[in-house]
Amino acid sequence: MSKILEVNDLSVSFDTYGGDVKAVRGVTFELNEKETLAIVGESGSGKSVTAQSLMRLIPMPPGKFVNGSIIFKGQDLTEKSEKQMEAIRGKEISMIFQDPMTSLNPTMTIGKQISESLIKHQNMSKKDAHERGIELLKLVGIPTPEKRINQYPHEYSGGMRQRAMIAIALACNPKILIADEPTTALDVTIQAQIMDLMKELQEKTGTAILLITHDLGVVANAAHRVAVMYGGKIVETGDVDEIFYNPQHPYTWGLLGSMPKLDNRDEELQAIPGSPPDLADPPKGCPFVTRCPFAMKVCENRMPEYTDVSNTQKAACWLLDERAPKVEIPESARVGGTKVHG
Amino acid sequence: MDNTREKLLEIKNLQKHFNIDRNNVLRAVDGISFDIYKGETFGLVGESGCGKSTAGRTILRLYEATAGEVNFHGENVHAKKSKKELKKFNRSMQMIFQDPYASLNPRMTVKDIIAEGLDIHGLVKSKAERTKRVNELLETVGLNSDHGNRYPHEFSGGQRQRIGIARALAVNPDFIVADEPISALDVSIQAQVVNLLIRLQKERGLTYLFIAHDLSMVKHISDRVGVMYLGSMAEIASSEMLYEEPLHPYTQALLSAIPLPDPEVERSRERIILEGDVPSPINPPSGCRFRTRCPFAMEVCGKVTPESIEHKPEHWVACHLYDDRYNEEYKAKQ
Repeated sequence: MSKILEVNDLSVSFDTYGGDVKAVRGVTFELNEKETLAIVGESGSGKSVTAQSLMRLIPMPPGKFVNGSIIFKGQDLTEKSEKQMEAIRGKEISMIFQDPMTSLNPTMTIGKQISESLIKHQNMSKKDAHERGIELLKLVGIPTPEKRINQYPHEYSGGMRQRAMIAIALACNPKILIADEPTTALDVTIQAQIMDLMKELQEKTGTAILLITHDLGVVANAAHRVAVMYGGKIVETGDVDEIFYNPQHPYTWGLLGSMPKLDNRDEELQAIPGSPPDLADPPKGCPFVTRCPFAMKVCENRMPEYTDVSNTQKAACWLLDERAPKVEIPESARVGGTKVHG
Repeated sequence: MDNTREKLLEIKNLQKHFNIDRNNVLRAVDGISFDIYKGETFGLVGESGCGKSTAGRTILRLYEATAGEVNFHGENVHAKKSKKELKKFNRSMQMIFQDPYASLNPRMTVKDIIAEGLDIHGLVKSKAERTKRVNELLETVGLNSDHGNRYPHEFSGGQRQRIGIARALAVNPDFIVADEPISALDVSIQAQVVNLLIRLQKERGLTYLFIAHDLSMVKHISDRVGVMYLGSMAEIASSEMLYEEPLHPYTQALLSAIPLPDPEVERSRERIILEGDVPSPINPPSGCRFRTRCPFAMEVCGKVTPESIEHKPEHWVACHLYDDRYNEEYKAKQ
């Protein structure tokens, strides 16, 4: 697998009345061809800001790149001008958003919204773009696309709007598809349809997907690799199996423990006490220190470096330091043998 | 069945229709019946637009029912009532709302928000008693008394939901409708709030109607679960039975659609993927509401509306596949 995107030590801050909010604080990851990388985390963890930075969708000011680079095809995207970005957005890197109700233009037909990028990026004629639009709608599973292409977003249901948005995003065969909570606003039965569609399209087109989500079920279903974000940092990353079956960071344990298991009811959920840190004044050491049941003195003062757990997995936690006491993965965070019903 | 259980609420053929315009009626809740026993949690699940929230609100008489009865302690909630009677009734039934940002008045202090019910019902005699009660409530939900003088915007989502819970508890209700109380919260905070709700139920003997679309959380908190689809009740069973052996094809599809946080299971499992979308409740399909998306739909499903039958003890399902008058073909196939 070859690297298609490399993010190095990216830091993004926002200038606000309350001071500089350091939303993303030194994030490093890479995305390979044909793979799905999931970034998981809670609201305020910096996952959406990371995703939007890749597309340069962060309004600057108040946002600013403090540090780091985003390397795509040998070029640093943080240094591109707005004009240069226009040639990349929608063509090389596309994005689908959480809320299909607000991210489609209500005054334009779906067909026009699909053609827009085809005409701009691929110099297609209006007629060809229309034809291709019908093909794309068919590809994403919209019935009677010849009729549907001339309709407006309000005539579509929620699931169909998300399908249309995927069609728009895929119109120019992008190398990377960024999906920011693509199924959060949808019902479970529709969510299952959309997740299936995205996997099927990935197989057909080979697009790399960066999936931003807070739902560990969706991650288990769709991702090849996972990065767990907390307090603006990636605290753990690894293959999907490593993250679920051999998690190393106490925050990952907490996330896995707070999910109800379908097959046992009586156990109390392992809630993570407290709430996430204020990123206007981020903690000096590990961001999870105030909520971590295993916190030590060193955690307050120094951010841990990444420790390699395997070739593919690493975590930033002082517990992995050889001088730290050994801590077993808590029972509540153990995943496996989930019974399937229905 | 255990006869010692006391029915707290009896919902009989409850309907709530909204008039859209002269010709169109939206049948949000279209004839649902179920009982809620004292001290239990009844989970109500279904997708958006299935009428679960409308059902919850109609049970509390936040909406006037179009038809049907809600009997609370044997008394019909929707019968004509004087203001005084309604007040007494409002005190025993409370609600926790989904959006902790929209359901707290931003111009009131937390103390006044929580004490509003105490004031209306005249439950406290003096200012000192009022403060004492509010502080007790804040502590009960895991906040502290300093928080009383602050405003809602100073709190996080999880903390606001705790304030909403304290407000509901202030008047010592018997029954609480929790309408998607955790949907707007992060996973780690959801678990905190669910644990709090379970603890309060144990301590105070509360009865909950827990409305949600997250089936795994509903299973965790509920004793019994009702599954709604397009204004009708598809299936009712204990939460174990419902998840072990879902009968209604819709329940089966719904359970099968939940992605589980277990990659190996996700890779190997066969999903029932429903086609299409939920039809409009303005002009719902004839007969069984689910037939347009049902993989087992038969001819009769379009003609006859299935009634809820007790297929197994305490396990009710509204589907012709389990009705011996119609299911010969289906049985033969199995």
